[in-house]
Amino acid sequence: MQLNMTINGSEVHEEVEPRHLLVHFIRDQLGLTGTHWGCDTSNCGTCVVLVDGEPVKSCTTLAAMAGGHEVTTVEGLEVDGELDTVQEAFMQCHGLQCGFCTPGMMLTARALLDKNPDPTEAEIREAISGQICRCTGYSTIVRSIQWAAGHETSVSVGSAS
Amino acid sequence: MTTTEPVPETAEDERPIGFGRLLRKEDPRLIRGMGNFVDDVELKGMLHLAILRSPMAHAKIVSIDTSAAEAHPKVVAVITGADLAEQGLAWMPTLSNDVQAVLATDKVRFQHQEVAFVVAEDRYSARDALELIDVEYDWIDPVVDVRTALDPDTPIIRDDLADKTDNHIFDWETGDAAATDAVFEDADVVVSEEIVYPRVHPAPMETCGCVADVERVSGQLTLWCTSQAPHAHRTVYALVAGLPEHKIRVIAPDIGGGFGNKVPIYPGYVCAIVASLVIGKPVKWMEDRTENLVSTGFARDYVMKGEIAATKEGKILAVRTDVLADHGAFNGVAAPVKYPAGFFGVFTGSYDLQAAYAKMTAVYTNKAPGGVAYACSFRITEAVYLVERIVDCLAYELEMDPAELRLKNLLKPEQFPYTTKTGWVYDSGNYEPALRKAMDMAGYDELRREQAEKRERGELMGIGVSFFTEAVGAGPRKDMDILGLGMADGCELRIHPTGKAVVRISVKTQGQGHETTFAQIVAEEIGIPPEDIEVVQGDTDNTPFGLGTYGSRSTPVSGAAAALVTRKVRDKAQIIASGMLEVSVADLEWNKGSFSVKGDPSKSVTIQDIAMRAHGAGDLPEGIEGGLEAQICYNPENLTYPFGAYICVVDVDPGTAVVKVRRFIAVDDCGTQINPMIIEGQVHGGLADGVGMALMQMIAFDEDGNCLAGSLMDYLIPTALETPDWETGHTVTPSPHHPIGAKGIGESATVGSPPAVVNAVVDALKPFGVRHADMPLTPSRVWETMRGNHSPPI
Repeated sequence: MQLNMTINGSEVHEEVEPRHLLVHFIRDQLGLTGTHWGCDTSNCGTCVVLVDGEPVKSCTTLAAMAGGHEVTTVEGLEVDGELDTVQEAFMQCHGLQCGFCTPGMMLTARALLDKNPDPTEAEIREAISGQICRCTGYSTIVRSIQWAAGHETSVSVGSAS
Repeated sequence: MTTTEPVPETAEDERPIGFGRLLRKEDPRLIRGMGNFVDDVELKGMLHLAILRSPMAHAKIVSIDTSAAEAHPKVVAVITGADLAEQGLAWMPTLSNDVQAVLATDKVRFQHQEVAFVVAEDRYSARDALELIDVEYDWIDPVVDVRTALDPDTPIIRDDLADKTDNHIFDWETGDAAATDAVFEDADVVVSEEIVYPRVHPAPMETCGCVADVERVSGQLTLWCTSQAPHAHRTVYALVAGLPEHKIRVIAPDIGGGFGNKVPIYPGYVCAIVASLVIGKPVKWMEDRTENLVSTGFARDYVMKGEIAATKEGKILAVRTDVLADHGAFNGVAAPVKYPAGFFGVFTGSYDLQAAYAKMTAVYTNKAPGGVAYACSFRITEAVYLVERIVDCLAYELEMDPAELRLKNLLKPEQFPYTTKTGWVYDSGNYEPALRKAMDMAGYDELRREQAEKRERGELMGIGVSFFTEAVGAGPRKDMDILGLGMADGCELRIHPTGKAVVRISVKTQGQGHETTFAQIVAEEIGIPPEDIEVVQGDTDNTPFGLGTYGSRSTPVSGAAAALVTRKVRDKAQIIASGMLEVSVADLEWNKGSFSVKGDPSKSVTIQDIAMRAHGAGDLPEGIEGGLEAQICYNPENLTYPFGAYICVVDVDPGTAVVKVRRFIAVDDCGTQINPMIIEGQVHGGLADGVGMALMQMIAFDEDGNCLAGSLMDYLIPTALETPDWETGHTVTPSPHHPIGAKGIGESATVGSPPAVVNAVVDALKPFGVRHADMPLTPSRVWETMRGNHSPPI
């Protein structure tokens, strides 16, 4: 089937099998390998992308379901050589170790800050609670998102508006 | 010397030339999604491999019909165990000198064992075709409970081994049985408890996988693989498959977490290599999450009878234990050959004992093989859990505060180096300040007051203490090898003419930050800024031989190699500098980045000047070759012994039995600190692991041997909601034998935290008369325990 969507601001028109998962479409067909895959069951969240600014687990979303929508992956966070504040924050606060869950974590952080620029620690923990990190024990991810909240400068790229 | 003063932390915008807080060199690519993980490797014409697995835990294979799968239009090949047997590849050695089936030929021995594989044009078709393979099995009663595995009428799992008449693997003992018995005989107080450390799985975010590419003409194999030990893997492939070692290149690119799960060689890797060899095209195999949880290296699975003897005043005299170890269907433990129980011998803990003795029996069961993975430092997790749990049981019986009991028995600084009753030589330690610091950070006395008040009101609050000593950095080659390969590590350093450097290491990061840490070690020794030092790792063609990253061995072994190779280069640089400054070598002093003439600092040359001279025109001092580089292989003199004191505070809901970890205080001592930011991160991750194992994680089986933890919906891993904001501190007691005094930190928290959490929960349940409860302390298990119905996990 024909699939049309916007990904990181660019329109794509691709032929896909109806059963193809969004994560495989993004990785294998578009070659955007920053989106990772980790569990099949929506538990780990390493595959999170933004669909119209909302975090979505792309391992349990059919590619076809994203048709007509705006998808943002980790590759879309940096714009014209300018890092998103959450990317800078994760580096500053040691919010990543192996880096596998990091794209999903950063996209969820982006979506949270777009809605709630000054979240409490509890709100941050709630926001990332659908995602698993095996390396950091989460404290430095929480700190990263707090750092990003305190250093926010630009308008989000993940926002649908 | 120990200091409890914090290591000065560098401000964010500073760039230490050497040790200090330094942002990671690997982060810029990872935060852009520009990492290169195995599943990101895409080669021209690459095919996809999927594995058919057994639905049963124990069954004869009667027949396999692959014809329908072979007829699938996108299938290139279907291979069974019989096909591999024709090539002599149906079995492979494990890391413990046992053998493991690559694909089952005679029978399956655990649920989800590998039975056949399909190679197809894309990953969806490969999995579609698995459905088309028809296997007929003949059921055999499985052996699931380790306690009955040696019963006389039990089916024999390993009938592939000649003359095997039972499910026994090995017996092992350490310490002095008679001396220990004598101390127990005369002791005022003896406490014993059965303590189970259930089977768990490391479950790294990235599952295991590889891309195998065999060049048809040259026979060159390139294997991109999720490997923590690329050099060891290469040698094993050469030994197993008969491929010449110089024609094998193992590349471990970015790895999405390992924790020991990526130490073994799995059947899938061998299948992909065989497939590429047979078909002549690159073949990718990536397991899914279920495959990762049900078939790859598990951890723990020890049933331990622990006993402790003490005076009535609380002086601990001896510890004794009898362990039943479940090794699954194949003995795949990755531990030094002479250590079938890993380093469990450190079960004497951090205490001054008169005697100690442990014995262990290891058995086969119809469960997945493995046995050491998961940040355990070769079974020290089990050892520390045993001793720290049984010490708390003693405190319960003596009605003593568990922190006070520990303070009374910890080894004293003047006792180091300390030889334990089981023969381990602890290199350095100053334990009491670490525990005192943790108690201060926690506000221990105030917490106890709060607890007393809450108990009056019927609220359940618990405070758990643990103190651990780790043994990491395997290891001295006189004692330690894996499959005959000595556990030394090579390192090569080249300084380029312009003073930039490349250091090649044999270990491999899975997120620990080697690219940063090793650049800092070199920087500290030679004064070149870390950003000017490239760290090369994870590629057997481009790095010196060494055994890889596990058991917290990177800093103790490879880090020592990096420091020493840099000193070797610096020694040569000093000779060249003496020529440049026309003074004798002895008249030069080193100023971290330059040599100057003693007494005349205006006469100096930088390391960059020296590098250019080393490669440039003009004469060098007599006998000195051009270039500025060196290579060494470091054989550690001893293990290093990091330690720490942990305190956990929990609240248990009396109405739901849900445990909430309110606070966790961790004071770690890993000797000299290289990058405090990375160290803190290593500790945090291990603490979350500890909370997970204590409260949530368990690979459980039903009576038919079905694995009940085959997805992350069933195998529960802590999220940001189950974990507190960690409170960390440190002391610094350098290792006397490590060149920079560093000890390793990667697994300390995984080792030290489970007993702290369990001790806290048991402490919370004290009003119910509870002295012990086994992990995982899920609400249902805690609920039953509160009602006096606690039973060990199965």
